[in-house]
Amino acid sequence: MNPFRRRHGKAPVLAMVTWVYVLWSLLPVLIAVRISLNNGRSRSSFQPMSFRWYWGDSTASLLHDDSMRVALFNTLELAGLCMLIATPIGVAMAIGLQRWRGRTSNAANGLMLVPIVTPEIVFGVALFLVFTQLYTGFPDGLTRQLLGHVTFTISFVVVIVRGRLAAIGTQYEEAARDLGASRLQAIRLVLLPLLSPAIFASVMVVFATSVDDFVISSFLSTGASTETVPIKIYSGARAGSTPALNALATVMLLLTLAAVAIATVVLKSIQRRGGEDPGPTGGLAGLSG
Amino acid sequence: MFAVPGVGWLIAFFVVSVYAVMAVAFGGVDPFLKTSIPAWNPLQWDFTTMGNVIHEVFNGYLREVFVRTFVFVALSLAGCVAIGYPVAYYAARKAGRHKGLLLAALVLPFWISYLMRMLAWTNLLQPDGLVNQVLGWFSLPDNRNWLDGDWYTVVIGLIYGYVPFFILPLYSTLERLDGRLIEAGRDLGASARQTFLRVTLPLSVPGLMAASVITVLPMFGDYYTNSYLTSGSPRTEMVGNQIENYLRNTGQPQTGASLVLILMAMLFVLMVYYMVTTIRQQRAAER
Repeated sequence: MNPFRRRHGKAPVLAMVTWVYVLWSLLPVLIAVRISLNNGRSRSSFQPMSFRWYWGDSTASLLHDDSMRVALFNTLELAGLCMLIATPIGVAMAIGLQRWRGRTSNAANGLMLVPIVTPEIVFGVALFLVFTQLYTGFPDGLTRQLLGHVTFTISFVVVIVRGRLAAIGTQYEEAARDLGASRLQAIRLVLLPLLSPAIFASVMVVFATSVDDFVISSFLSTGASTETVPIKIYSGARAGSTPALNALATVMLLLTLAAVAIATVVLKSIQRRGGEDPGPTGGLAGLSG
Repeated sequence: MFAVPGVGWLIAFFVVSVYAVMAVAFGGVDPFLKTSIPAWNPLQWDFTTMGNVIHEVFNGYLREVFVRTFVFVALSLAGCVAIGYPVAYYAARKAGRHKGLLLAALVLPFWISYLMRMLAWTNLLQPDGLVNQVLGWFSLPDNRNWLDGDWYTVVIGLIYGYVPFFILPLYSTLERLDGRLIEAGRDLGASARQTFLRVTLPLSVPGLMAASVITVLPMFGDYYTNSYLTSGSPRTEMVGNQIENYLRNTGQPQTGASLVLILMAMLFVLMVYYMVTTIRQQRAAER
């Protein structure tokens, strides 16, 4: 018997379970998107389609409800700034940690991993207390939220970039040094280009993590002007709300997916120029150990 | 050298923050303003509040909340294993030519906001929502109010929320698993079931552990899934709800901070396990 056939033997039950799972995991979200297009106020069943809750309704639609617009801009501003700050710090930290040997490096490695394993509520409470009791000089609201987001996304960048660093090895950099490049030149001209797929993956993960964050934003929020989309979704469902909430979530979803799509295209083009394939799950599998 | 900004940042905003939790938990409270007076000097730490809270956790009103949290997490983890293992196994070893599509579908939930996924369920589970409509087609009871504070809604919500985070690490372990060992098992006369139980399953234990730890840790601190899906019903209250309530709604921040420390202490072993295995893998990869 052909061993190849045995390995890829048919597994109809497993296949069914898997595809039913995929359906179960994605269908509710599609239904929520469909509900955002409802013509009426129902948040539970399908009604004729319109863009009433996007821009049609003159008071409660996404376009005309100030609090929703504010939440959307806050979320994007936080995520954008967070990418700009956390990515360089994280990339530098990954490069630094890789070279760092000795006992203190174990401590630094451990420190880098703690934020990943810390439940978000612990994170949220800790930041909330430190800002109210000790770092009172930082302006409340968005500044504090940004500092919080950066703190808990740095580690993701480090883990993803280190995975790639391990795959690259040190030989390219050593070759560059042998050919006369300074240490910084070797990093800038050789290492960073090789790292670019991992850096792109990190940027995406930082963006998605920041956009998705509810707990930290919520603990550091000071009211309507510092609400983000997740906070708005959370508080909105309790009060008798409209499909505008679904519209808000849908817009956020489309923006994220568009960003992921752009990043994927860029990654592909980098790979075509000679990089390695980071695998179908991108950097995400690296996060999971 | 390059690690300095990152390490400095994490010390300033993470280590010091956790220390602030301790300073508040072991500090005092202004008798008039009801605001916290943190004790930054460990020599001045006062453990009375912590003692009271620990007493409540083991014998008082907090016991029910802790037991409920454990039960919810355990049931949700069981659900994640039951759903996640077959899916990860199929994706890693059996998917064949649809593998790319399947992986994209498995990663997609990562890019969808957690609360949007919960919002979707609040739409579906309304009394006149689609879940009840579908139940009606099969002549099943279709007038249940799912969002009324029942434990099963929360467990289903937690499974739905966290199972993607369970599948991915398990997938990467199963994918790296050496197929020749499975073939050897079969060649040596074991049935498919025996091979699975005695070769595949033991080999996937590290992946199962990593996946379980990475889903269980955030679940223990989750307070929004249950409160979102049950309109904050006290019947589904978890530890996180108590923490949030003490810190934000009542004037007892040191009780909330004490609960945070208790939660961290309970999860300490899991956190260390994950960190140690990750560092080992890093070392192995860089060797």
